[in-house]
Amino acid sequence: MKELDPMVFLAVFQEMLGPMLWVMLLAAVAAVVAFVALLVRERGIVSRRLVRAELLGLIGGVVALVIMAQVSSSGFTDAGGPADWFLIALVYGVGAVATVVLTYAVMGWMQPRQARA
Amino acid sequence: MSTPRLPDLQDPAVEPLRRRFLASLGALPLAAAVGTTTAPARAATIKTQARIVIAGGGAAGLTAASRLAAALDGASITVVDPRKEHWYQPGFTLVAAGIKPQDYVVSGTASYVPRGVEWVSEKVAEIDPEGQKVVTDSGKVLPYDFLIVALGLELHYAGIEGMDTARIGQDGLGSIYHSPQAAAATWGAMSQFSKAGGVGVFGRPAGEMKCAGAPLKYAFITDDRLRRAGTRSKAELVYMAQSKSLFGVPIVAEKVRMLFQDRGVKVNHEHVLQSIDLGKRIATYKTPTGTAEQSYDFINVVPPMRAPEAVRNSPLPWTEGAFAADGWMEVDRDTLRHKRYPNVFGVGDVAGVPKGKTAASVKWQVPVALDHLIGDISGKASQEVYNGYTSCPLITRLGQAMLIEFDYKDNLITSFPGVIAPLEELWISWVMKTMALKPTYISMLRGKA
Repeated sequence: MKELDPMVFLAVFQEMLGPMLWVMLLAAVAAVVAFVALLVRERGIVSRRLVRAELLGLIGGVVALVIMAQVSSSGFTDAGGPADWFLIALVYGVGAVATVVLTYAVMGWMQPRQARA
Repeated sequence: MSTPRLPDLQDPAVEPLRRRFLASLGALPLAAAVGTTTAPARAATIKTQARIVIAGGGAAGLTAASRLAAALDGASITVVDPRKEHWYQPGFTLVAAGIKPQDYVVSGTASYVPRGVEWVSEKVAEIDPEGQKVVTDSGKVLPYDFLIVALGLELHYAGIEGMDTARIGQDGLGSIYHSPQAAAATWGAMSQFSKAGGVGVFGRPAGEMKCAGAPLKYAFITDDRLRRAGTRSKAELVYMAQSKSLFGVPIVAEKVRMLFQDRGVKVNHEHVLQSIDLGKRIATYKTPTGTAEQSYDFINVVPPMRAPEAVRNSPLPWTEGAFAADGWMEVDRDTLRHKRYPNVFGVGDVAGVPKGKTAASVKWQVPVALDHLIGDISGKASQEVYNGYTSCPLITRLGQAMLIEFDYKDNLITSFPGVIAPLEELWISWVMKTMALKPTYISMLRGKA
């Protein structure tokens, strides 16, 4: 591949996901903004909430792998080499981190007063 | 006999066009600053009144149309193809594997014809490179300054005595290439075979063919289906190779030999399907010593392939050498420009070049050919070269594939060096085949990839 161009990636992902691409990107940006805003407002991280979010994150990674298996008509049991383990780790990692950020932000904004009390 | 010349760009009549081209260049930075340059090819738009005819609206024709529409301003671009349906052919094996539904590979040609391009929904009946015109089956005459031939190839089922495409899906007869319907019907026949077992026969024709990996893939997929059904021990799989090798690229051929040995697929070399008795389920092969019969319970018939009639009957094919008999176009392998008619280009399956009959090849051929065509218009000769790039995600079982990429010289090319090893059976390669390939292909048709 001669031209590893971000515009090509964008075009391909747009074909792959359609309008969902923008929904997902917006959701991701919204989650990160909400997370950062929460950190700023609370002037730090609430470890109790983070641990809960991380517990959900473990499940989020598994969910990401299940979705991946469904859309690719295959699964991580088909791994045949290091590149596959890297992909599995990547998919799990993205699913886990996204879940942690989203859960932490949602929990924080849903119960803001409790955290301060 | 006069050889058509390229449009003379030094002609004073062309000069105003050139000035407009330069003026349009001047406007570019502003356009870029406000983000209005959405041209997929991201090249400067060139003003021209050239008449460009694209014979064939498949993968190569539509890709060429999209890129030309984006790169040229004022050109008359015409695509000639009667087919309303567009078939995503790289997906046929997935349909025949029972992985994807039939409609996965079907879309509409109209959705890919870019604005500003005229689509003549008629069959190309005649190509006259001397008179610089294309004639359709209704008698419509389309004169051109430049011609891009992207008519693909013809599946020559009649070249196998006794073959009847209407019976694909019945009596253990499969043939993936024919159509989306045939691919689905082939899955029906193979699915039955995978439950019952018996003798499964695979192979490929002599001569050039599109995606030479597909017949191999289907042998691997059938093996896997049998294993998953627990019937592998009740089945014998035979692969009939047309030559002494299993694949045109030696290092890949050797890997496939090892995998077939591992999976217990028997190989017969120099066996070319000559005739078939669909009722008795007997295939007859031409061999160096005569003919050989092979009975089967399931067979995947891959027909001989040749250039379409309109090309074979034109002066465009090679007149000597390996590509002459089947009428493949005599183009320069580096530029895809016709060797005798410089204003004619041949891209996609129809091009008489070694390798290169895959959608991935189209992705690399079309930009090179167009760069040379546009170079003729702008007067700036192109240096772009097509190196024979061909890619084949060779499925070796459901869930794994080898991402094989190579060039004219049988070199392996690695798109992801150090990450995806070409001769390794990997899930990531399968994921690319099932998830990323179709969106990439569609982006290609739209001129965006």
